[in-house]
Amino acid sequence: MRKITKVLFKEVIYLMQKDFLLEWRQKYAFNGMLLYVSSTVFVCYLSFGLRSNALQVPVWNALFWIILLFTSVNAIAKSFMQENRGRLLYFYSIVSPQGIILAKILYNACLMLVLALICFVFYAFVLGNPVEDIPMFLLSILLGAIGFATSLTMISGIASKAANSSTLMAVLSFPVIVPMLLMLIKMSKNAMDGLERAASLDELLTLLAINMIVVTVSYILFPYLWRS
Amino acid sequence: MKKNWWKILTVLLLVFTVAVGMLSEVPRLAILNETIRNLYFHVPMWFGMILILMVSVVYSIKYLRKPSFRNDIIAHEAAKVGILFGVLGIVTGMEWAKFTWGEYWSNDPKQNGAAIGLLIYFAYLVLRSSFAEQQQRARISAVYNIFAFAALIPLLFILPRLTDSLHPGNGGNPGFNAYDLDSSLRMVFYPAVLGWTLLGVWIINVKSRLELLRQRIYENV
Repeated sequence: MRKITKVLFKEVIYLMQKDFLLEWRQKYAFNGMLLYVSSTVFVCYLSFGLRSNALQVPVWNALFWIILLFTSVNAIAKSFMQENRGRLLYFYSIVSPQGIILAKILYNACLMLVLALICFVFYAFVLGNPVEDIPMFLLSILLGAIGFATSLTMISGIASKAANSSTLMAVLSFPVIVPMLLMLIKMSKNAMDGLERAASLDELLTLLAINMIVVTVSYILFPYLWRS
Repeated sequence: MKKNWWKILTVLLLVFTVAVGMLSEVPRLAILNETIRNLYFHVPMWFGMILILMVSVVYSIKYLRKPSFRNDIIAHEAAKVGILFGVLGIVTGMEWAKFTWGEYWSNDPKQNGAAIGLLIYFAYLVLRSSFAEQQQRARISAVYNIFAFAALIPLLFILPRLTDSLHPGNGGNPGFNAYDLDSSLRMVFYPAVLGWTLLGVWIINVKSRLELLRQRIYENV
């Protein structure tokens, strides 16, 4: 049993290395997403037509998470579609499916975390920053990035098997991600209002629990998806 | 005949539900008034939906363990019947909400949760229709079905309990004993739950047999 865990761990490390290396060489996905984030934020700024700090707190919060949601759907949708058939077949013959899904989830979580932080900085810069409890807000961003990455990675695996995968990605992922999004919005709203931290404990625990469920289910189900 | 006793039971239970539910004495409460009779129609829809979606998930798991055409068909038909129950539950609930809460849709967490749950299963149907090859369709939609059900559980059972809701028993400890269900209501309510759920099972039974037969005809053509 320990040996299997060790092998799995090694696989995950190698696969993540490969993903990061590819990303570093091409810089295509990351730069693309960066541009996507910044142009969306800028479009919001222009379409609201306001000077900074003029947006109400709930609107600011909702807009932020919506931008992040669309960014993550677009960023993570690529995670299986960019691999061509030959490479997938090669992976199929040398590594276990569990290794692949865990590596992809971890890689996407890192990617999302970086994107979300950049998005937050840029968004706060352009639209003003009404957040009172910044560490708590960053914690909610961290949980959000991990949560989006876990659930969207599995969905992108499912969608990549189908014909019209980009439409399907949105259709499949939005309903699944809504509970998480509601919790996140509430938690970050608490952080923005500077409520005491114990008030967000419920949301925090629920988010962690949802993440655990999603990761476990992905871990169990991915081998069946991978076989085809 | 011996195997069909539950179908007779279903018919009897539903006749009982409708007849007694419409005619019997009900407690007179402010605001609720006569609309409390909707308890026999609205609430069993959700019980039935959850149970039937569970059937669907069980057959999806069965399919992944042992791929057979039958398991896939039953999972699909059960999901469709679950959607039917969900839609009926939403419609009866909206009607009830209009009379008691004043609006068809009042942004209640349970209403929203139910709507999102339905979206998940509509997405399941869309996913199914986007595959041409039968085995791939069966396997991938089984994977999504299980995944979606796991995501549905927090949506329906955890989130509404964390927020205030207009539904009874929420924003705290849920459950039926919280608002004391009158014993004369219970007399009709439990048979109603059983009756509607059995009706759902019956529909699944007929529809999946029909689908299997249709498949056999295609194979022989």
